[in-house]
Amino acid sequence: MDLITFGVQLLNAIQYGMVLFLVASGLTLVFGILGVINLAHGAFYMLGAYLAYWIAAATGNFLIAVVAGVAIAFVVGLLLENVFIRRLYGRDHLAQVLLSFGLILVIDEVREMLFGKDVHAVTPPAWLSGSIQLTTNLSYPVYRLAICVFCLAVAGLIFLVITRTKIGMIVRAGAENREMTRVLGINYDSVNRYVFATGIALAALGGIVIAPISTVFPGMGDSMLILSFVVVVLGGIGSVAGAAIGALLIGLTDTFGKVFFPSVSGILIYLLMALVLLWRPNGILGRREI
Amino acid sequence: MAEIALHARRLRKQFGGVRAVSDVSIDVHANEVHAVIGPNGAGKSTLINLLSGELFVNAGSIMLGEVDITGLAPDQRARAGLGRAYQKTTIFPRFSVHENVRLAAQARSHAPLRMFGGIATNDEVNRRTDAAIAKAGLAGRESIVANLLSHGEQRQLEIAMVLATDPKIILLDEPLAGMGQAEARAIIALIASLKQGRAVLIVEHDMDAVFELADRLTVMHDGHVIATGVPAEVRLHPAVREAYLGNHGDAA
Amino acid sequence: MRARPRLPSWLVPFLCLMAAVALPFWVPTYYTQFASKALIMGMLAMALNLAVGQGGLVSLCHAAFFGVAGYVLALTSPKYDAASLLLTLPLAVLASGLAALAIGALALRTRGVYFIMVTLAFGEMLYFFFHDTGIGGGSDGAFINLKPEIAIAGRQLLDLDKPMAFYFVVLAFTVGVIALLLMLVRSPFGHALAAARDNERRARSLGFPIFRIRLIAFTISGALAGLAGYFAAAQFGFVAPEMLGWHQSATVLAMVLIGGLQSVTGPLLGALVLLGLEEVLKANLAQWKLAEGLIVIAIVLALPNGVRQLWPLLFGQPRQKPSSGKVAPETGRG
Repeated sequence: MDLITFGVQLLNAIQYGMVLFLVASGLTLVFGILGVINLAHGAFYMLGAYLAYWIAAATGNFLIAVVAGVAIAFVVGLLLENVFIRRLYGRDHLAQVLLSFGLILVIDEVREMLFGKDVHAVTPPAWLSGSIQLTTNLSYPVYRLAICVFCLAVAGLIFLVITRTKIGMIVRAGAENREMTRVLGINYDSVNRYVFATGIALAALGGIVIAPISTVFPGMGDSMLILSFVVVVLGGIGSVAGAAIGALLIGLTDTFGKVFFPSVSGILIYLLMALVLLWRPNGILGRREI
Repeated sequence: MAEIALHARRLRKQFGGVRAVSDVSIDVHANEVHAVIGPNGAGKSTLINLLSGELFVNAGSIMLGEVDITGLAPDQRARAGLGRAYQKTTIFPRFSVHENVRLAAQARSHAPLRMFGGIATNDEVNRRTDAAIAKAGLAGRESIVANLLSHGEQRQLEIAMVLATDPKIILLDEPLAGMGQAEARAIIALIASLKQGRAVLIVEHDMDAVFELADRLTVMHDGHVIATGVPAEVRLHPAVREAYLGNHGDAA
Repeated sequence: MRARPRLPSWLVPFLCLMAAVALPFWVPTYYTQFASKALIMGMLAMALNLAVGQGGLVSLCHAAFFGVAGYVLALTSPKYDAASLLLTLPLAVLASGLAALAIGALALRTRGVYFIMVTLAFGEMLYFFFHDTGIGGGSDGAFINLKPEIAIAGRQLLDLDKPMAFYFVVLAFTVGVIALLLMLVRSPFGHALAAARDNERRARSLGFPIFRIRLIAFTISGALAGLAGYFAAAQFGFVAPEMLGWHQSATVLAMVLIGGLQSVTGPLLGALVLLGLEEVLKANLAQWKLAEGLIVIAIVLALPNGVRQLWPLLFGQPRQKPSSGKVAPETGRG
């Protein structure tokens, strides 16, 4: 493998990892702060991709699809938190697993009623659709680079919010000790609602930005859910920085696995997870306990 | 000198850069109550967790009789003869009193994980269960579900469970915490009766109770042992008066 | 509390068994086959409940153990001949048990929500194993042309291709699984497992080896899931990677919740209820999944202890003690 091919694969790995990070950070936020395991997270990723397709087709403008898609997902998140998820706080994991599984069935069927079950393609905006010529017969799509930049910006924003703002402080305190924040008189209900909606919006955003370079299909949420879980297990639950590390590790493992070990590439990320579990059962940045 | 039931030598535990316990040695004698006292943050809870195996030491060794238990997990230490009661009562809340104690007795039986047959068929287990319940003063309360017991009775149950495992040494972490005067008297009498045939190590804040119960004292401060010996000696130790007991005035 | 005289405790199970034995003589073949399917899924749900209800281990990979056994049958079945049940069934159960042992050894290093995620991921690993490699026909799956048989010296003793014979074999195994699980739950091992579920720290400090106890339970649970998977593959005559998918695992978890975690046989009831519901919904509604999803959500929110909560509403008085603990010896009724 020459240097340029290696560079291209590296960019692919990073771009893949960044999208994974978007989705997984939403999952880890919702778990870390609300204590709710949400199996329907992948379904919102899928929904985001379909929204991107639908809005882009209707308006002819992908940027509108990004903004409107995230807004719709956010509102849906607020709504769902209000109707269903709030009833899960403090319930056992089994109830959470099954309620969110029920949500998946509902979302799948709603998607089928709204958008059908066809596979779709989404065209990126014209000004991002070119390629950069690397060598005479090797080029790299501008859109993929744009994803990297965009996701980095979102990741930076998440870190800023968590480390620098009052909301972020509440969020971190809540992850450490929910009782404490209650005693301090913080209105948990509203924090919960916005955290859940943000988590959902991040999942949908992942689906929206991936839509132009992937195909939009009904089962896409399932594989993303599993990958997000692996990312969270690798990084440590509740840790956004851990999610970033986990996501990049998976991006690298998967991309280079497909290059070097094509026959077993599907299994590699699980082997990685098994190794991390043997080494640090609570994840790379998870708290160490006995 | 009496037989030494537990011998901990130069234990060290650090969390990040903080040494919670450094160079702590302690000998717990059979047939004695040994109390560990010290101000908050002195490292008492860390020490008890090191002894019971919920934390592992960074350095040092722990001998239970002739057995080196330094590297053993909590369940292995329990099977080696180390029983522990917790600061927060940790019983099996949905099980009855009898069930709780029987489980404890089962853990030390010859086939604790037998997969067939009922649970009441082992005479040895039944005998130890009944004896521990009687000793802890819970006779007649066997069929009550544990989380319906009063706080004091839950501590009695906790002690009954430890007894049922037939330990060589019992570690008690603040057994009197959150207890009324009358309840405390009953527990103190129970603890005093535990030392026959075994050793008892107790961490407790109630100084009156400590001086009433303890045959031997170890005083900790900032993760170090600053004095150890019989209560009369320790009471007069200048470092102890300065570091700790001075604050309590005539309690010492 | 109990105004009416108490029924003897063996009566309800006995009547249920009699009804189950009589069933195929009274209903059309279609319903006999449906009953076989319900028993098979009930076996799977009861097996899962050993981990979930008794062990507190919410596993999302039991469909993988279910599917592995199915694939073992598919791979060992000759193309134009029936496989030997006595040979292939132990092999299938063994394979599932080994898979559960390996996955459990890793997943049980984690707790709670981690455990759920890790089991889900490893289950998907097995799914992709059969999906991506050519083993067992890849994503297309594989056919089992003839159902396994029991034959001695070339003489066929039992032909599972007959729906009624198949039903009775499955019924016998279901009764066997119930007996095995009841024995386990009531044994010292079962109590230790429940103790570890209720208070892991305490159970460990009493001297119970938590990891080993859970791994044994998880392995047995996986092996029994394999038993169900073997008969499921035999009944459909077909295996595909979807058999191992986590949607299947989640559906079985729903059966467990619907039937109630508190008893050995509850999940069997849950399987019957959920499959019956699916049957009705599929027949009447294009969007049956939407309805099923909403029903699952409603059950989670309204009946956290399963459909048995409806008993007092329907019959006016509790038929069983409230499910305060599962150490009560009469755990396995219904």
